[in-house]
Amino acid sequence: MSRPVAIVGIGLTRFGERWESSLRNLITEAGLAALQDCKVSGEEIDELYVGSMSPGQFTNQELVAPLVLDSAGLADTHIPTTRVEGAGASGGLALRQAYLSIASGHADVAIAGGVEKMTDVPEKDVTRILGAASDQEWEAFIGATDPALHALIARRHMEKYGTSREQLGLVAVKNHKHGSLNPNAQFQKEVSLETVLQSPLISDPLRVFDTAPASDGAAAVVLAALDVAESYTDRPIRVSGSGQGSDYVSLAARQTLTSFAATKHAAERAFAQAKAQPKDVDVVEIHDSYTINEILGIEDLGFCKPGAGGVLTETGATAIGGDLPVNPSGGLKARGHPIGATGIAQVAELVSQLRGQAGSRQVRGAKRGLALNTGGTGVVSVVHILEAV
Amino acid sequence: MAVPRFWREQPQRYRLVGTECPKCKGVYFPPRSVCPTCRRASVGKMRPRQLAGRGKILTFTVVHQPADGFELQVPYVMAIVELDEGCRVMTQIVNADPGAVRSGLPVEACFRRIREDGKSGVIYYGYKFRPVRGKTATPPSVIVEAQPRRRRA
Repeated sequence: MSRPVAIVGIGLTRFGERWESSLRNLITEAGLAALQDCKVSGEEIDELYVGSMSPGQFTNQELVAPLVLDSAGLADTHIPTTRVEGAGASGGLALRQAYLSIASGHADVAIAGGVEKMTDVPEKDVTRILGAASDQEWEAFIGATDPALHALIARRHMEKYGTSREQLGLVAVKNHKHGSLNPNAQFQKEVSLETVLQSPLISDPLRVFDTAPASDGAAAVVLAALDVAESYTDRPIRVSGSGQGSDYVSLAARQTLTSFAATKHAAERAFAQAKAQPKDVDVVEIHDSYTINEILGIEDLGFCKPGAGGVLTETGATAIGGDLPVNPSGGLKARGHPIGATGIAQVAELVSQLRGQAGSRQVRGAKRGLALNTGGTGVVSVVHILEAV
Repeated sequence: MAVPRFWREQPQRYRLVGTECPKCKGVYFPPRSVCPTCRRASVGKMRPRQLAGRGKILTFTVVHQPADGFELQVPYVMAIVELDEGCRVMTQIVNADPGAVRSGLPVEACFRRIREDGKSGVIYYGYKFRPVRGKTATPPSVIVEAQPRRRRA
């Protein structure tokens, strides 16, 4: 039997083009903010996990987990440090490892961070590095970029279910509106549907405004066993469910392109563990690296029937004030997407929401939140369910 | 890509050779050493299977922001093709007007230059797919004859 775990502290950097900050500056800033948020001191940490997709390619730096400890002035503690990689899901995986280390009884306090420093390389290199999250030999090498792979999914969804180009665009419009309320977001500006639909084509039918930006940024959360959590914070947020799933790396190998089986696998387990159902969730963070992914996420998590995600978006249900607010943070689209940081930033947003500290983007009365973090074309999915204690 | 990394995949890339599971007759491309249906029972028994290279487009995209090395081909079409043997393959679609490509279009494999390692590096060849000509359902307007290759400046 595993024991209950809570998040006791969160820390985030501003996301965006952070020319003045290096990889180590960013993750140190987030980590120290998280520790200051919860009165945990360095030597109380039993395990440290860092999610980062490709620091080696973006900055030539591997060994980032011990680098974090070193930069935070904690090298003399010799705390075990581990980097976790699952492309876009790296952050969510790091959180899950930290969660498991405490749930198993091995650790009492653990910290999970996520970081990516993406703007030190030209845009062309960003496209190539993101391609490493697909099947290198049978997708990337023959010309299929990451946006192209998601475009193949989007077209299939549109042709199978009648999802419209406008419905995809409304995901970006809504997330930019939410981002305008988030002082840490990369884009704090609303956009019109017209702007989205007239932005340059990247890979038809997906346009520039269907995609999350390349960003610099970091996020960190501190976790503790629930029975000691109250010595660190007045408002522990319980991790009531944690699920993870995987799928074929190549899109062409899958039976269906219009849903992510890895997400369903992860969600089933997280909901079962939390003894909750989709209708019990008040606020959601979904991995909208592309607009189509938010629609797939809504469907795969069970918030609506397969194929109905576009219509649900159109009704306004997924906006703050709607029945199912999705990505109040602005999502990857507007908050920014420093890849490894994303899964942690999602959960940090939920913690803010469940504490009632989300300011002008607060979802009223939020008691239970869910985060979906995915890597590749739905190759790795991590779902966490959080509840106010 | 390093030369051996490409060379060891030449049968697949040049001739579209996949694998077949002798137990369930499932066909896979690219080749698999384990059948995902029969698993343990298939280990060491998977056989090479020559694919006919005919199928239909399941879904496609017109790429405007290219992959590294594909700059001269923009806009180009990528698709998932459902082969007659039942498996699916990721491929570029060539000899077709990008604006006229549709899901369901019958296509066939052809042999093409994929990319090259700089001016004096290795040239990689492999399969791409093109609309089927002649008696099939492909409207003639979709087909574009091959053009002389544009040279790098």
